[in-house]
Amino acid sequence: MHNTAIALIQLGAVFFGLGLLGKMAWRIGISPIPLYLIGGLAFGQGGLVPLHGIEEFSHISSEIGVILLLLLLGLEYSAAELMTGLKRSWTAGVVDIVLNATPGVIAALVLGWGPVGALAMGGVTYISSSGIIAKVLGDLGRLGNRETPVVLSVLVFEDLAMAVYLPILTAVLAGVSFVGGLTAVGVSLAAITVVLVIALKFGRYVSALVDSPDPEVFLLKVLGSALLVAGVASQLQVSAAVGAFLLGIAISGSTAENATRMLEPLRDLFAAMFFVVFGLNTDPASIPPVLGWAVALAVVTTLTKVATGWWAARRQGIGRMGRARAGAALVARGEFSIVIASLTVASGAVDGELAALATAYVLLMAVLGPVAARVVEPLAQKFTRMRGTAPAPA
Amino acid sequence: MNVEVTPLPGIGTRQDFMIRAGRRVGVVTHRDGKFELIVSHQDDPDGCAASIALTPSEASTLAGLLGSPQLVAHLEEQHREVAGISTKQFPIVPGSRFDGSPLAETELRTRTGASIVAVVRAGSVHPSPRPDFVFAGGDLVVVVGTSDGLTAAAELLGGG
Repeated sequence: MHNTAIALIQLGAVFFGLGLLGKMAWRIGISPIPLYLIGGLAFGQGGLVPLHGIEEFSHISSEIGVILLLLLLGLEYSAAELMTGLKRSWTAGVVDIVLNATPGVIAALVLGWGPVGALAMGGVTYISSSGIIAKVLGDLGRLGNRETPVVLSVLVFEDLAMAVYLPILTAVLAGVSFVGGLTAVGVSLAAITVVLVIALKFGRYVSALVDSPDPEVFLLKVLGSALLVAGVASQLQVSAAVGAFLLGIAISGSTAENATRMLEPLRDLFAAMFFVVFGLNTDPASIPPVLGWAVALAVVTTLTKVATGWWAARRQGIGRMGRARAGAALVARGEFSIVIASLTVASGAVDGELAALATAYVLLMAVLGPVAARVVEPLAQKFTRMRGTAPAPA
Repeated sequence: MNVEVTPLPGIGTRQDFMIRAGRRVGVVTHRDGKFELIVSHQDDPDGCAASIALTPSEASTLAGLLGSPQLVAHLEEQHREVAGISTKQFPIVPGSRFDGSPLAETELRTRTGASIVAVVRAGSVHPSPRPDFVFAGGDLVVVVGTSDGLTAAAELLGGG
């Protein structure tokens, strides 16, 4: 068969298969991300059927997937929203970082991955999946709940933390020497500050630059500028994804809304490819050895996220049931944990085991998150009833 | 009424208020223009017992249904100064005599002296309907007149 024909058949089979997996996932009420990862694991090295001829395409499209993931994350918020969110929720945000990054950091240090591995694993266990959480909150009809703004503002804080964390991570991963790493961190922090200032003061000019009433022109301009900025950022050692994120923040108003609407399907397509490629590059045989760690981290970080949400909701005067819901809602980890792991593994600075642990961890958390959000109410009700019917101490 | 407006970053805004029954009632407005009608739990005002997605046209219909009695009250207020004149609303029952026939066919003014000042249909108000306005089942006809005129109008519109 012709090479192109084989590539098209393989690609078609991959996309179609992902479509079926995605449909199945939402039907049983979980996120499709773990299924995409499993799909990737099944086909990659040591998997069932090796794919040939589409590596180049899948590699590029997974890169585009990350860029679109972060571009759309940036588009979600205006710089002003980020700033007010930051002011309102920074205490909860700090509690979130301390409680949820620590387990990852400890695990990495115990496994002997050094400070760089610790920085990466801290990020993997810290960052909740805003994609999964927003979808689950919508599906469960909790957008009108009082604790929902608390959950969302924690997510906003996390996303802002990502804007600072990702450049630092990529700088540290790239920095061979301590001084080199430090310089790179300095450069990337300066870049973020400049972008945030531009976004706050001149966001409408950036928006006007990419805006167009014609959908085709608009799509080309938005996508083009995102890839350009991402490419330049990656050339400057500030990861491509971060560049796209910052561009997303700088675009605001109706331009951002239109861009989100237009790019969402593209993101879903390429991001699915990103998860598959990540799974492809992870050897399934490397997962069983780290499975114990993954389960332990899953248990610990589920509890720490619930505690974070509980604490944040209590500060806003939310009742017990609402606190439990807020905590459970935050449990899901997903796309960004995988983005962090893939940046880390791609740099070669840390053991490939990290990819295996991150995969296993996200597999667990992407399933556990939506389930936790669903079962928290009946569980909490049962618990309160049990306490209610217990005989009062004499 | 103290309507609380809460931004939902990345999603839109929530606007709600406490009703006397101790529940929160409100609307979540999505950025893309979708609406959700929200009603909180009786025993857990933080959570929502119902969260109902509405299209823009459904939302405006619901708003009209809730708002039209106020319109009638407003019309009533306007005519109160004129002694002996009041305002009433009558439904056009689906399948009744005037369901599907034009306003002129009722000959309401000639026969009762009362006049039709507005028709409320599916929550939206059609003020000063013309004689060729065609009634449909479920319309609310707002009539102004003397009490005798209104009684006659009730008989005419309802008794068909």
